[in-house]
Amino acid sequence: MSARTNSLLLGLAALIIAAPLILNPAGQFGGTDDAASQVVESSNPTYEKWTAPFWQPSKEMEGLLFALQAAFGAGLLGYVLGRRHGRSGK
Amino acid sequence: MHIMEGFLPAGHALAWTCVSAPFVVLGARSLKRIVAERPEARLDIAASAGFTFVLSALKLPSVTGSCSHPTGTALGAMQFGPGIMAVIGAIVLLFQGLLLAHGGLSTMGANVFSMAIAGPWVAYGVWRLAGRLGAPLAVAVFLSAFLGDLATYVTTSFQLALAFPDAETGFAGAFAKFGGIFAITQLPLAVAEGLVTVVVMNALAGRRMRIEGAKA
Repeated sequence: MSARTNSLLLGLAALIIAAPLILNPAGQFGGTDDAASQVVESSNPTYEKWTAPFWQPSKEMEGLLFALQAAFGAGLLGYVLGRRHGRSGK
Repeated sequence: MHIMEGFLPAGHALAWTCVSAPFVVLGARSLKRIVAERPEARLDIAASAGFTFVLSALKLPSVTGSCSHPTGTALGAMQFGPGIMAVIGAIVLLFQGLLLAHGGLSTMGANVFSMAIAGPWVAYGVWRLAGRLGAPLAVAVFLSAFLGDLATYVTTSFQLALAFPDAETGFAGAFAKFGGIFAITQLPLAVAEGLVTVVVMNALAGRRMRIEGAKA
């Protein structure tokens, strides 16, 4: 596939991710995981959680750790792609 | 797709852990064998792991007005089979469960099953089937990543519906309810994951890309 097709596909993916912000400006954009937890709690009032996380990061710390995870992954992927690219150029 | 800590009854949590554990053990063996037989595969495995690390950290907005994250597990499943993704996915989930209070230890088995087992197996199945049917490679990659991503979220909905059937409509009603939260939100995100996976697979494998067992 050509570089053009690649940019086209990536652009399309970016558009799909950006579109909700325009199509649904009133959206809260909370997490689905928390939404599901709330449904469980509201429709099963008798259910008692029997464990709890032993450590809960603050919102800021959570952002930091997710960013670290993404950065580590991007680093790995970028390293391999770069190595391939460098080799094929020789 | 994360079921939060404490949000599965103990029996369900234990059962999913028992179901998932052998997949992770066999996956670790498969990983060891692949690396021993083809040391050069280490780079591609690292890239697949990196892809899953990035994608599962990104919570993206969807048209439903909530956010969810892709899984990125199809890339490795297509190249090395679904086994190794059980190990890589479990590492991601362990990191998120322990350090981020996202998911959790008691729900680890269920979450590993949806993200690191069901998703990759569906992705792998679709990839092989598409090859057998003679689909163009890019189409096969897209479908594999798209359906693998969706399968993870359908599995989570199934797990929650099994644990918390609706008081009136039972399992089916609860499955529809959780599916409405997870699967619908996931649709556009799965399309985006499919597109990005096509680009990354192309950049990684390029002309070497082929589907095992496909018509020549």
